Amino acid sequence: MFIRHEVIEKNALLLLVLSLLAVSIGGLVEIVPTFTIETTVEHVKGVRPYSPLELRGRDIYVREGCYVCHSQMIRALRDEVERYGHYSLAAESMYDHPFQWGSKRIGPDLARVGGKYSNDWHYAHLQAPRSVVPESLMPNYGFLAQTPLDYADVADRMRTNRAVGVPYTEEDLANATADLLTQANPAADQAALVARYPKAIAASGDGRTPTELDALVAYLQVLGTMVDFADTSEEQLKQ
Amino acid sequence: MVEPLVSAGRAPVEYNEAIVRKFIIAAMFWAVVAFTVGVYLASELSWPQLNFGLSFLNFGRLRPVHTSAAIFAFGGCALLGTSFHVVQRTCHARLWGGDALANFIFWGFQFFIVMAALSYVMGYSQSREYAEPEWHLDIWLTIVWVLYLLVFVGTLMKREEPHIYVANWFYLSFIVTVAMLHLVNNAALPVHWAGTKSYSYFSGAQDALVQWWYGHNAVGFFLTAGFLGMMYYFIPKAANRPIYSYRLSIVHFWSLIFIYIWAGPHHLHWTALPDWAQTLGMAFSIMLWMPSWGGMINGLMTLSGAWDKLRTEPSLGFSVTAVGFYGMSTFEGPVMSIRDVNALSHYTDWGIGHVHSGSLGWVAFISFGAIYYLVPVLWHQKALYSARLAAWHYWIATLGIVFYISAMWVAGIMEGLMWRAYDANGFLQYSFSESVVAVHPFFVIRMLGGVLFLIGALMMVYNLVMTARGRFADAAASPPRLAGGLAPAVGD
Repeated sequence: MFIRHEVIEKNALLLLVLSLLAVSIGGLVEIVPTFTIETTVEHVKGVRPYSPLELRGRDIYVREGCYVCHSQMIRALRDEVERYGHYSLAAESMYDHPFQWGSKRIGPDLARVGGKYSNDWHYAHLQAPRSVVPESLMPNYGFLAQTPLDYADVADRMRTNRAVGVPYTEEDLANATADLLTQANPAADQAALVARYPKAIAASGDGRTPTELDALVAYLQVLGTMVDFADTSEEQLKQ
Repeated sequence: MVEPLVSAGRAPVEYNEAIVRKFIIAAMFWAVVAFTVGVYLASELSWPQLNFGLSFLNFGRLRPVHTSAAIFAFGGCALLGTSFHVVQRTCHARLWGGDALANFIFWGFQFFIVMAALSYVMGYSQSREYAEPEWHLDIWLTIVWVLYLLVFVGTLMKREEPHIYVANWFYLSFIVTVAMLHLVNNAALPVHWAGTKSYSYFSGAQDALVQWWYGHNAVGFFLTAGFLGMMYYFIPKAANRPIYSYRLSIVHFWSLIFIYIWAGPHHLHWTALPDWAQTLGMAFSIMLWMPSWGGMINGLMTLSGAWDKLRTEPSLGFSVTAVGFYGMSTFEGPVMSIRDVNALSHYTDWGIGHVHSGSLGWVAFISFGAIYYLVPVLWHQKALYSARLAAWHYWIATLGIVFYISAMWVAGIMEGLMWRAYDANGFLQYSFSESVVAVHPFFVIRMLGGVLFLIGALMMVYNLVMTARGRFADAAASPPRLAGGLAPAVGD
């Protein structure tokens, strides 16, 4: 057997091809079935694409690297479920490009932070975390409040998401900018927005210039709220 | 021992040493950058006021600067540099493709690193762990990397030695696998061709699996296979001994690269990834223990009969300790990949400690060993400026690692236990904030460990600069290594 290894050792291309083959198998066997097995993502009701403002908020979450300190994945363990809420479903991040499950909790998990605190709490906390949580290690994100949100290309961003599999409709795209401005302004009539994006929470903007902070808060407030677990059976949660 | 020796009387080859020198200088530069940023980040976690509320200094934007500088800039330059050295020497051939191509790879790689670091602090990130650069930088890296593969394979093909030396198997599999991982994991659609923002092709659970297939094998192939290539050349060279077992190197090479690629899902235990994938990942992670230790045994046993060299060869202390840390973290890894251990260790600082016993203990130390060995060779000096200073570096850095990883073990296990603790009434005993307060002293100790490691690296830089200038501080204490006509163990 080891005599024949000489053949590989004397042929650079053969060594290249065989090692590429050796490293291809594991990935193929593990990754491909998650796309073909239909129950990889549970069939639950309620998960919807992010509203334009939430999507921009998520972009900011991604830009700032929030995932290095906050997970968005409640594991199926008793203490985690008691601390953070129902364990996370694959369906709940099926429109997340990229996923933000994270790998380290320097701060708490955020998978179900939506609705847990008021808008006011989030605005205070993001700008000066230690003003509401004295033990916090989080940086101050005051600069988000001073930065006007760039929403000129929000429809393009939604269209790109649609191209990679998020089911935005033509109606969603046509109303992108209007929906974004509506959700950023608590004084505006939210009815049409909420019809398109159920459970969307209006940010507490001043109604004139949406800020990056408004977008981030709108995103945080929807996290983990889309699925109604009272209305979901065990059967639906099977993978 | 079947590795080919250089046959006597063959025409000498003029190797491209300039490119190796460039990469070694860059590796040391980036090492200092990576360690400095690491110390700053550790300080931010101890005293969050150090974020100053400035976007570009914030932990979230700065952490990828640290990880990319450590892995891709320091580790990458050490790998590219040593691989160019090793492939030339063991093939008895000058680098294929000419000097201009080699220089393009060097400057192209530096450009990638600088642009990636700038992009993070300016707020461009895919937020994919260890794959943060946006799509345009990914394309640039692909070009550089494919050229690197071409030069490496081209040199292998024009070799004058009948066999391809074992170190090159590892370097080759590192280069080709990293190319595969990089291309798949960074599949993304840009919003505008002229803009920076893109959305990943994958989403949710599938994206998590692809990312950790990438992430874990960045560890497996960038930080393990590549550095094993380094081990297989520099330990035999510095010890002047042949590799312990040729047969073991074959068995552990093929089993390591085949099994490693399966292990990614152990980063996703108890999550929304289907159970079958988690179980596969766990099973292969445990199997991985054996091929990993195959490499450790082959490295350590190479020293049998030559342990006295530790007294006279400054680089060997680093190399041997590196192999020891490699053995330790490749045992700790399979343990942490067991689902029920992972339930405790995941999301905690135990993971950070594990990563650093691998990166400081194994990756950095094996590179330090190789670089201490290489600099006198590349700058044509008889010996290192000061073996004593290298010994000081060794002890200070080792102490730094011990501070770092023990602090993180304590902090991590404490976090894991506090998060799952119940009081007498059956309620969760601690709030999250209480665990944050509890780990503070260990975060400070971790920062001090990092400071020690950084001081050691600065001493190393001084030592290498003086060596390159042809100075000798303790000529009497450090017998000239290259004098006396020692027969080379592998290649030339």
